[in-house]
Amino acid sequence: MSYQPLTRAEISYLVANDFPDGSVVNLGIGMPTQVSDYLPADREILLHSENGILGMGREAVGDEIDLDIINASRKPVTLMKGASISEHTVSFAMMRGGHLDYSVLGGFQVAPNGDLANWITSGPDAIAAIGGAMDLAIGARYVIVMMEHVAKDKTPKLMQACTYPLTGAGVVDHVYTDLAIIDITPEGFQVRAMLEGLTLEALQEKTGAPIHAASNMSVIRRDQQGHPYY
Amino acid sequence: MLDKVRASLEEAVSPIQDGAVVMVSGFGDAGIPFELMTALMDKGTRELTIVSNNAGTHVTGIAGLIHAGRVRKVVCSHPRPPHSDTFAKAYRAGQVELECMPQGTLAERMRAAGAGLGPFFTPTGYGTMIAEGKEQRVINGKGYILEQPLHADFALVRAHLGDRWGNLTYRWAARNFGPVMCMAAKHAIAQVNRVVPLGELEPEHVMSPGIFVKSVVAIGGER
Repeated sequence: MSYQPLTRAEISYLVANDFPDGSVVNLGIGMPTQVSDYLPADREILLHSENGILGMGREAVGDEIDLDIINASRKPVTLMKGASISEHTVSFAMMRGGHLDYSVLGGFQVAPNGDLANWITSGPDAIAAIGGAMDLAIGARYVIVMMEHVAKDKTPKLMQACTYPLTGAGVVDHVYTDLAIIDITPEGFQVRAMLEGLTLEALQEKTGAPIHAASNMSVIRRDQQGHPYY
Repeated sequence: MLDKVRASLEEAVSPIQDGAVVMVSGFGDAGIPFELMTALMDKGTRELTIVSNNAGTHVTGIAGLIHAGRVRKVVCSHPRPPHSDTFAKAYRAGQVELECMPQGTLAERMRAAGAGLGPFFTPTGYGTMIAEGKEQRVINGKGYILEQPLHADFALVRAHLGDRWGNLTYRWAARNFGPVMCMAAKHAIAQVNRVVPLGELEPEHVMSPGIFVKSVVAIGGER
């Protein structure tokens, strides 16, 4: 049976729909930024941006654009009613101090012990660039990583031990990939849900460390509008 | 009379000497004191250590100083946002040093300096290469690394309104590193959109109390 890997938009849709009403969330730069496009309209979800915004709205257009109101990716955004702005030490206290419910990050590599590498590759030409990633990786109650299940060269990104320098040690709680949703548990990678048409054996082949099915593992399907659910 | 208002950008940056450690506010383009940076460029100051979140983009601001060979070292959290080739080229050519650290650690090291604190333990970076060479400790089961206060000779910040006592407000998210840099530097210089008479800023709206600010200059030179 064949399967259709999730697009980045579909992964974003799944992540967005798993936040409970009232969550405070930071979306990291890169793939996580797209999550804001799919936040359910019937839930109040407060977005934090590391440059000091709590209650960030959507991307600004036309007359709304004010270059002093930007997100972490430096794009102009709007503010929600009730938004607040703080200086940098307060903004990072929100992260490091454990006040955020979720932090969503991109990833190069994740290990079964929750280690995350997402800030620098081992390439000879790589220049260190950390930004807010290390603070986001340790502070939130739950850390979600969004990434493709395998790298461009088809090697696993979920692996026994990270080979790139770590962003945080033992920090990841959940991983959303184009093939599956995987929880980090004391027993390692546990599959919460996987794509329709995929077998656990096939998923294991694309994963660099042992995986096991959750007792209530579900299947990720697409509904009539084409939105993924599980 | 306490009057911190300077007549020109040139006068405001005149105390900055070669070899100075200079903090520069801003995140993305929001809060970057471009006019003060231009004045510093025109002054010809060299051998600078720049402390900022980024290392400049295109050939403006910090990148302009790097391009002109005025910067010895950059201390920042993220030198590689889009359009940061000026830094990358100078770094790879060995013309500029880099000290890179987590953004929250950068901000908190400044806060410690401004607040009169010594080194502090932070969990950020524990178990990563950031921890190498630093004192590490596990307290109540959680790992921490020891980080040092980060002082500077000068801070260049972009604020919105300022008065002659040095009180400042900031526009929206252009606030970012401004307040903490004013605290951490011995001599903070604020460019403002407008200088207002004493009393016009509501006391509860002041974001940088004047005690942390040495100079205020309106970018149009207006009073």
